[in-house]
Amino acid sequence: MITALPAASDFDWSLHGPKLLEALGQTVYMVTATLLIGGLLGMVLALALYTTRRDGLLANRGVFGFVNLLVNVFRPIPFLILLMIVAPFTVELIGTRLGSTAMIVPLSFAATFGVSRIVEQNLVAIDPGVIEAARATGASRWRIVLTLLVPEALGPLILGYTFVFVAIVDMSALAGTLDGGGLGAFALDYGYKRWNFAVVWITVLVIVLLVQLAQAIGNRLSRRVLRR
Amino acid sequence: MSPIIEFRDVTKVFPSPGGPIRAVDGVDLSIEAGEVFGVIGYSGAGKSTLVRLINGLERVTSGELIVDGDDVATLTERQLERKRRDIGMIFQQFNLFSSRTVAGNVAFPLKVAGWPKADRDRRIAELLDFVGLLDRAHSYPDQLSGGQKQRVGIARALAASPKILLADESTSALDPQTTQDVLRLLRKVNTELGITIVVITHELEVVRAIADRVAVLENGRVAEHGPVFDIFTRPQADVTQRFVSTVIHDRPRGANLDRLRQTHPGRIVTATIADGSRLGGVLASAGSLGVTFEIVYGGIGTLQDQSFGSLTLALDGPEHQVETVVARLREVTSVEEAR
Repeated sequence: MITALPAASDFDWSLHGPKLLEALGQTVYMVTATLLIGGLLGMVLALALYTTRRDGLLANRGVFGFVNLLVNVFRPIPFLILLMIVAPFTVELIGTRLGSTAMIVPLSFAATFGVSRIVEQNLVAIDPGVIEAARATGASRWRIVLTLLVPEALGPLILGYTFVFVAIVDMSALAGTLDGGGLGAFALDYGYKRWNFAVVWITVLVIVLLVQLAQAIGNRLSRRVLRR
Repeated sequence: MSPIIEFRDVTKVFPSPGGPIRAVDGVDLSIEAGEVFGVIGYSGAGKSTLVRLINGLERVTSGELIVDGDDVATLTERQLERKRRDIGMIFQQFNLFSSRTVAGNVAFPLKVAGWPKADRDRRIAELLDFVGLLDRAHSYPDQLSGGQKQRVGIARALAASPKILLADESTSALDPQTTQDVLRLLRKVNTELGITIVVITHELEVVRAIADRVAVLENGRVAEHGPVFDIFTRPQADVTQRFVSTVIHDRPRGANLDRLRQTHPGRIVTATIADGSRLGGVLASAGSLGVTFEIVYGGIGTLQDQSFGSLTLALDGPEHQVETVVARLREVTSVEEAR
């Protein structure tokens, strides 16, 4: 008998089942909130980067330089380290650094900078001729930024956000190691720490299904947008 | 008629690592209200920049550029935005908004101009009917052919009832048949709506088809300008002659001419044909002078409702009699020795 192989019977449905469900709920909560907050803030940063760059609609070296530096500084920080750096700030904001709600702060922080580069890339891919055509109608630059840029890049943007969703699921699992709850914490506490690999593998399965579902929805939506 | 667009010593300089580039260099031009004005030049001649100066997509470096009463060189970006509502523009690659339907594309400038929804809808229907795409209102640009896309581009450009339409290589991405359709539509825009059109192109055929007057641009400067008929029939600048020779092949040159000399003894001359050239009478009298003639090369067409072209003749006979025939030909039209 190879003991490294988990036995399915090690997963105790009456004990682990409700815990797994609770952890899944926490993960979905953290990931969704992060996608909303980080997605929105990242979009704002991306629009700032895209419009203030050289020859951009609102070209401004100062603003571009500042935002670009900000993104370059924070984006490469490994998430585990970021968790620690942001913790005091989280306590100030939420009152605690523990639990799923508190974890949304560092997750959103990391997601904001990740999203900003991905969205920026999608915006750069917009045909400049389309923007020129909009300017030729007399549209103000702000109108173009607010009503045209995102719709024109929507197909790739949906795929970009799908990618980000998967990355956030990954990061949220790490959050579990610092008392953040969610599937990562569940696999750690009930699986790894007790050497119960049935729990670890079933958690993996749930995460894979979650990611597959997100990817399928993202692919479908973007295809729908691109095919028009 | 009075000028609606007037360039007065307009220059546009772009900074570049290799030193400043004068894309438009001291241009003086007047474009009359209601005309179709062509600007022709090879790529890099500065014509795209020239047209973008008119609606302020590129800002004038020096000089005055009066567009419908305002010097666009001095307008602020805000004032320019207002000005652009009176200037439509269409593009080589159409530049439609892929995220919006045909109707949505046409609606965009109307929203910019602050039209209420009901008025917008009525105007959109009117425009799509004008360009013949009423049944495609709810299609997306990706579902249209190139010609249809340019029709949407034209409808969008005309939406807010501009006085001027700028057409930047508007047919260069289209096949010959579709090009003709779009040019016909532009003609209709000019004659039925009275909109002044500035057509930028590298194809003389386009100028020939719709322009009243034309400016030939080279290295950011106007090499020559004038009525299309004059430019075609009497091109002065080298660059113009090169353009004209690409569409008009009515004079034998090079190998063609050598072959004609071998097969036809005597003198070879080319006579220009225009309305009122009475070549026939002169040639009919050649026989009585002992001169035989043969028509060896040529072509006659119509340009702006006037005949024009040339015929190359081989004249054979006693030398002084041939000279008499040539002299008589010169009385009715211009004659050149074939060279």
